[in-house]
Amino acid sequence: MVIQQAEVQQAVSRPRGRWWTFAGRRVRRLLISLWVLVTASFLMIQLVPGDPVRAALGTNAPPDLVASRRAQLGLDDPLLEQYLRYLGNLFTGDLGESILTQLPVADTIVQRLLGTLSLAVPAFLLTFAIAIPVGVAMAVATRRGRRRRAELSFVGTSIVLSSIPEFVVSVALVAVVAVNLGILPAAGRDGIGSFVLPVLALSIGPAAVMSRIVRVEMLAVLDADYVRTARSKRLSSLRINLRHALPNAVTATLTLSGIMFAAMVAGTVLVENVFAWPGLGSTIVSSIRSRDYPLVQGSVLVYGAIALLANTLVDVAVAALDPRSTIGDS
Amino acid sequence: MRRHWPQVLRTPVGIVGIALLTILLLLAVLAPLLWGDRATATDTGDILSGPSSQHWAGTDDLGRDIFFRTLVATRLSIVLTLLATALGVGLGLLLGLAPLLLPRRLGRIMVAFLNVLLGFPSLLMVLFLAVILGVSTSSAVLAIGVAIASPFARLVHTLGAGIAERDYVAAARISGVNPVRVIVRHVLPNVAEPLVVNATVTASSVLLAFGGLSFLGIGVQPPQYDWGRLMQDGLGSIYTNPLAALLPGIAFVVTGLAFNLTGEAAAGTFGAKSRSRSRWTSPAAPVTVRPSGSGDEEHARVADVLDVRDLHVSFPGPEGPISPVRGVSLTLRTGEAVGVVGESGSGKSMTALAVAQLLEEPGRVTAERLTFCETDLQAGARSDHDALLGTSLAVVFQDPMSSLNPVMRIGSQLVEAARRHQGLTRQEASDRAVDRLRAVHLADPERRARQHPHEFSGGMRQRTMIAMGLMGTPRLIVADEPTTALDMTVQRQVLDLLQETRRDHGTAILLISHDVSVVSSVCDRVLVMYAGRIVEDLPSADLRTKARHPYTRALIGAVPDMATDLDAPLTTIPGQPVDPRNVPDGCAYAARCPLATERCRQDDPVLVADAIGSVACWHADVALDVRIEEEAR
Amino acid sequence: MSRLDFEDVTVRYGHHTVLDRVSLTVPEGQIMGLVGESGSGKSTLARAAVGLAPLDGGRILLDGQPVRHRGRRRPIQMVFQDPFSSLDPRMSIGRSIAEALPDRLGRGPRAAEIARLVQLVHLDPDRAADAPSRLSGGQRQRVAIARALAGRPSVVLADEITSALDVSVQGAILNLVREMQRETGLTVLFISHNLAVVRYVATHVAVMAGGRIVEQGPTADVFANPASAYTRELLASIPGPA
Ligand SMILES: Nc1ncnc2c1ncn2[C@@H]1O[C@H](COP(=O)(O)OP(=O)(O)O)[C@@H](O)[C@H]1O
Ligand code: SF4
Ligand SMILES: [Mg+2]
Repeated sequence: MVIQQAEVQQAVSRPRGRWWTFAGRRVRRLLISLWVLVTASFLMIQLVPGDPVRAALGTNAPPDLVASRRAQLGLDDPLLEQYLRYLGNLFTGDLGESILTQLPVADTIVQRLLGTLSLAVPAFLLTFAIAIPVGVAMAVATRRGRRRRAELSFVGTSIVLSSIPEFVVSVALVAVVAVNLGILPAAGRDGIGSFVLPVLALSIGPAAVMSRIVRVEMLAVLDADYVRTARSKRLSSLRINLRHALPNAVTATLTLSGIMFAAMVAGTVLVENVFAWPGLGSTIVSSIRSRDYPLVQGSVLVYGAIALLANTLVDVAVAALDPRSTIGDS
Repeated sequence: MRRHWPQVLRTPVGIVGIALLTILLLLAVLAPLLWGDRATATDTGDILSGPSSQHWAGTDDLGRDIFFRTLVATRLSIVLTLLATALGVGLGLLLGLAPLLLPRRLGRIMVAFLNVLLGFPSLLMVLFLAVILGVSTSSAVLAIGVAIASPFARLVHTLGAGIAERDYVAAARISGVNPVRVIVRHVLPNVAEPLVVNATVTASSVLLAFGGLSFLGIGVQPPQYDWGRLMQDGLGSIYTNPLAALLPGIAFVVTGLAFNLTGEAAAGTFGAKSRSRSRWTSPAAPVTVRPSGSGDEEHARVADVLDVRDLHVSFPGPEGPISPVRGVSLTLRTGEAVGVVGESGSGKSMTALAVAQLLEEPGRVTAERLTFCETDLQAGARSDHDALLGTSLAVVFQDPMSSLNPVMRIGSQLVEAARRHQGLTRQEASDRAVDRLRAVHLADPERRARQHPHEFSGGMRQRTMIAMGLMGTPRLIVADEPTTALDMTVQRQVLDLLQETRRDHGTAILLISHDVSVVSSVCDRVLVMYAGRIVEDLPSADLRTKARHPYTRALIGAVPDMATDLDAPLTTIPGQPVDPRNVPDGCAYAARCPLATERCRQDDPVLVADAIGSVACWHADVALDVRIEEEAR
Repeated sequence: MSRLDFEDVTVRYGHHTVLDRVSLTVPEGQIMGLVGESGSGKSTLARAAVGLAPLDGGRILLDGQPVRHRGRRRPIQMVFQDPFSSLDPRMSIGRSIAEALPDRLGRGPRAAEIARLVQLVHLDPDRAADAPSRLSGGQRQRVAIARALAGRPSVVLADEITSALDVSVQGAILNLVREMQRETGLTVLFISHNLAVVRYVATHVAVMAGGRIVEQGPTADVFANPASAYTRELLASIPGPA
């Protein structure tokens, strides 16, 4: 039997070629996003109402000090020149100097960033470690209207948990665990124990949201035709759930995880504040309050870059899991 | 929209959500009027004290009552939340709908820009904007509004673009309705519902964002205060009076819950739809025993592949069980091909799933007899028959696009069953998979086995499904509309492949289709289904000449073939198919039947066998003579 | 009434050429069938004629004049495949039809015209107030046909209008199309992948493959003496008794 020419043509595939176009597209998007981020952070100082240097040094600062700082920051040069210099400096890893401390911004950020990531990364992992098993188990158990009560209490609990903002969780954890029970330290970074509360505070809400999403995705996947095909092969239900359904359910969930990680990094701003954690979050807040704009600028840049990087990594991970995602969507 | 709010109120979650919202709104209006003074009254003699009978939640550093401050702060917290939400939703609507109106290229650029913005967490956007706009309450409103606008715009755009692709929007554009009016009239009303739900949930995240900003000292500025501010103030005295920070925290949680619960209830997570599903009472459908025909012994020997007697399928429904299949009997011998035809909803697919033991909870299958390869499938647990069914029964479904697992290689999907049921090693199984792909005429099977389903065309996927069945020693292939989604030429190839399989392996085929000509090109016998019953059973060669049931004849007359008389109108069947929720007494076809008499409306005709086949009709003898007139008018 | 000419029509999506210099004449006052496999460009051709697909080359002429896609009067109308997507679920079927009526009609004549159109497609005029959700697939396609006729078009494009319907309903819609065309003398382009259906409704037929027209002519001639190999293959694929 001869298979239709057109059919063969349609189905002939060049996997390598598709991967390259996917990578090209993804890199292009990353570069454009990075450019938007860099430009926005550059413009930030320009857009600040009034004179940023005077704002930082206070109204009582001597005019010649202000002038010299302005010159030092190059704020009196033409805009384009400033922009090009900013870009050039970025490539050498130079983010300028703090107006207040006059220390290199890059050094401060690198130091603080580690503190932030040491909270965000464990919190991210913990979130998935909780959400996937719980979501999958709930989906399998409450499928097709079974165990209505379990379903109701699961959805209810997860809504309640996800309604609690991380800074409220933080405060509550401090009040109950640290102050009342006196088990774990309430603030500062001092040994493994000091990580427990901030990481928990960061991951409780996202874990509640994620497990609900995993459950919904899993329910949809369990009703898909290909799961019925798997059942028609009379495989064990473990294999059907874990090998056939789970990867499909996780792909959709994973797509959201980039945004979630970025939000988590940003969420550390609040949590660090409560736990007096030496991270980028407390730096950014204090620098906004003290109007130390070069420091704010650098922190925004780094936060944004982390978010973009996380999203790109997630897209690559999804593409590896689900080959379909390399086609379409520009 | 309006129609749906009462439904929100009917779910317990919705009631709690709306009640909480109402209380909060009342508090927002009344609290500053009633307790404004007590919240600002300073008491220097009693600063930073713990809870007492005078100050339930203690006092702050100026000796002000924290309990009343929390109540009074409701107004500012909620007003700011609503303002920022309204701003963000409004902006989001504009940004999200604009790409639908702009020229194609400009729209595309805008969507790309939205995608870039979406890559940044909203808290970062808020901080960024707070820096540019300066630290003040109004700039915080602006910053949060702008920050939530991009995700909302993205949602508006996704939903809107989905609706804009609908044919009714195309139809409106073709009839010259102007683009803005198309959006207002067709797109907006159809996306309003999910948008309102999302806006409600967004409000809860705005509340938190605002609280967060104030908590960090860059939101609401003193002397104004909202819950975030109060929490920050309370944090200093967390060791002496934890309630000072926790009370505003509780206010956050309650308000966030109010928004989230209302949103969830409106979104239908707890909706009425799922509630009716649980009202499943009656455990089993009554089994109507029908007189069975000739000697059972002989019958079983002939029907060596499949023997189904009086099969019922039922689902729980709000008013008692619904039975889409009501007493189907059918038999299949080795190498026999039997077709099932009928309108959609007549129960063809349910019969197929029941036979293949693939019907899931809450569906129930009962039968007087259900044997496959002389094994009683109703005896023992379902898993007892896994090996038999996994090697001897194959299924092909209608939609080739979704019946293979998109994330697994074709080869892996083929080998699974053989590894489990036939105990093949990995190598043996994958060799066999390649061999089977070759057997269904796929070129370059080694490479194909390593590919994923999306690299296959529809026809190739259906072949793959058949190859999957051929991994074992298939005695029966159940194919439910296997070619409906395929092109004519590809359909021909798939049907030929089924024939070939039958010829080479003696595999019996149960072929379900709505297309009489497809069925008669493959099958020896045709079963005609109507309202969950078989109404006629006859050799496919006799279909056009000897069909006696009025329904069978109408089905044939309604479909043009290459010999249809071009001057005569096609036969039409008036009325609608029977709804399985509401099966009439007597003959189910009576309401649409040109030959129906009083007897038909009262007594249900039974399937009676004779020389040609079997037919369930009181007037089968008349039907053959009467030329069914068309009666569309 | 009117003749529809496609002259060297080319449509591309990205690098993919969907229509490759298609030239086709839909004869005046006739039903022309358009057959071919999915993805061969049948729908794109129809969408190009009503301005839903942008042209990358060629012209579309109505009675020798380029077709205009602006303004309120549109002489070419289209009926779509999916009955569940072709009517706005939030509009009564009467309003859906009214939307396509010429603007200058007054309130009274408008209601009368809607009733006339609803009756024309053999629906009960009382149902004009019904929401689409209360109609079956076949009834929805009738409404879609009425809406297409409301704009008083001279050409109607029917894109697989019976493919999503049950066979028992398909017959009634085919009867309606033939009857309607006979009464109004409309020019119709009837797209279908089913050769028997095209044979039944269309006097002329064009066969499409890979974005090109491979053959066109009177239906009886083309089906009796197919000139192209592809047409022969199509005809050989028609399922018939074994
Ligand atoms: N989960 C369900 N609950 C209730 N009724 C159902 C369910 N699934 C299918 N049905 C009903 O069963 C009937 C027969 O469906 P089906 O076997 O798919 O018909 P066919 O294959 O002939 O088109 C339909 O009326 C359908 O509404
Ligand atoms: S029993 Fe009566 S109503 Fe039913 S099909 Fe026969 S003639 Fe028609
Ligand atoms: Mg079906």
